[in-house]
Amino acid sequence: MANEVCLRTLDLERPWLLEQYQSRGGYEMLKKILTEKTAPEAIIEEVKKSGLRGRGGAGFPTGLKWSFISRNAPGQKYVVCNSDEGEPGTFKDRDILRYNPHQLIEGMVIAGYAIGATRGYNYIRGEFWEPYERFEQALEEARKAGYLGKDLLGSGYDFELHTHLGAGAYICGEETALLESIEGKKGQPRYKPPFPAHFGLYGCPTIINNTESLASIPMIMEKGGEWFADIGVKNSGGSKLFSISGNINNPGVFEIPMGTPFSELLAMAGGMKNGHKIKAVIPGGSSAPVIPGDQMMELTMDYDTIAGAGSMLGSGAVIVLDDTNCMVKVLERMSYFYHEESCGQCTPCREGTGWLYRIVHRIETGQGRQEDLDLLDDVADKISGKTICALGDAAAMPVQGMLRHFRHEFQHHIDHKRCMVGLG
Amino acid sequence: MTTTTANEKKERFTPEIRAEIDRWIAKYPAEWKQSAVMGALMVVQDSNGGWLTTELMDQVATYLDMPPIAVYEVATFYSMYELKPVGKHKICVCTNVSCMTNKSDLIVEHLEKKLGIGFGEVTEDGRFSLKEVECLGACGGAPMMQIGRQYYENLTPEIVDAILEGLE
Repeated sequence: MANEVCLRTLDLERPWLLEQYQSRGGYEMLKKILTEKTAPEAIIEEVKKSGLRGRGGAGFPTGLKWSFISRNAPGQKYVVCNSDEGEPGTFKDRDILRYNPHQLIEGMVIAGYAIGATRGYNYIRGEFWEPYERFEQALEEARKAGYLGKDLLGSGYDFELHTHLGAGAYICGEETALLESIEGKKGQPRYKPPFPAHFGLYGCPTIINNTESLASIPMIMEKGGEWFADIGVKNSGGSKLFSISGNINNPGVFEIPMGTPFSELLAMAGGMKNGHKIKAVIPGGSSAPVIPGDQMMELTMDYDTIAGAGSMLGSGAVIVLDDTNCMVKVLERMSYFYHEESCGQCTPCREGTGWLYRIVHRIETGQGRQEDLDLLDDVADKISGKTICALGDAAAMPVQGMLRHFRHEFQHHIDHKRCMVGLG
Repeated sequence: MTTTTANEKKERFTPEIRAEIDRWIAKYPAEWKQSAVMGALMVVQDSNGGWLTTELMDQVATYLDMPPIAVYEVATFYSMYELKPVGKHKICVCTNVSCMTNKSDLIVEHLEKKLGIGFGEVTEDGRFSLKEVECLGACGGAPMMQIGRQYYENLTPEIVDAILEGLE
């Protein structure tokens, strides 16, 4: 059951072209919905039934999110796709944009129809030039074919879709920061409530979904919510794109059922490189707390199992680390990232991420003090839950995870002023 | 309508640049010209050898009816806008975890030695500049770098040499 949803056209020679997408039934669901004038409520109900949860990392049920929009409220509504893929370790949406852009477009139009929106934006991170050009080309083809624009296929329904190109800011992956960015401002998150469903882009009701979530919609419509739900396991419907990287032989993107054992995913990715032993896995992007390798080998890849192990499935970005990695150095790099990317709006995050980085840095460079480990715990605790958006938590969680499982390595660095890992 | 200082300044964009900015403006509601600021800054940055001057930012402000400070805010917030000259080829190397554990430090070291510059610096002939960047979403090809708009993945020092030799 691999490559059943977002990557189902990957075997075609040039799957990003309209005619290739159509050769696999592409845009048939949109046609059906527009011709039969399917009730929007029925579409939302089907998405709810599918168990699809936000694939960007938060895992919020997509159908439920759509149902928050009051579709009969007057005025413009928006569908926004979050292709600002920036969580370290994640590189799946890039493949959807490059290889299956039409399925994303079809999903966005169906989403627009379901919530009563006639405009949409796809926010693509600025560095993704090749994916941006692919997506723009697909938009052009879809417009010409009458899948975008006015009076789609004679249905009386209009939908226009544009790309907004980012310019380098991890924080814009946060949905309200992303909206600020489309409005031509610094990408600083907004207070919630009000939620985007009520006050979103340009103050209008808006749904924001991840690229993979929206690209899954056409197949959910075609084969049914139950079909999708049954691919996965309880509370984790469907298949999922896992981006797996690190010290492995065959890193890449794998679309496999939720609930697949991690050991199988690792085998698909060619296993550990150079015969080294697995030491640790970051299972859901760098914000997800680390899990020791031995423990990870016993787990399955779904929301509940990974949460039960004290981490999170996040965006499905799996970073595999072998026993040549010094965990202090790994955490130092991650902490530097959050310090760099904090938008500076909330004091606990702006100042706290700097504290975290500087403390881990001094431990890594042999300047660590005995009280530093407690201090790290304390600073992480003082950031968690005390900021407008989740970046603060995202910075604190890896610290807490590392100290939970690899405290001895940090202690060794402090006691001996050097690393306990040969190559660290 | 009162005339602001910004409006008195004339922008001096070429017709091509205006047309490109107008394409961005057309994507957004008429009353939200400001939404085009990121696209416009990219357009003028590209036309100026890869970096933004205050004068250029002021002209973008005039063109989009924005206060100049609102343009500066955007230009200083996002990492892809450059406020100092960069090389003809801006080399951005990812050093985040997946690249780091696949020896991105060797790539950095190699580039620094070969070009004789460090991060944030430009070679004397103006051809290359080096920049450390955060995860570019291509971890499956770690270690990786971006030069201009192009991604280069699965790097080794030898591959880096071949790539640089292939550049104008």
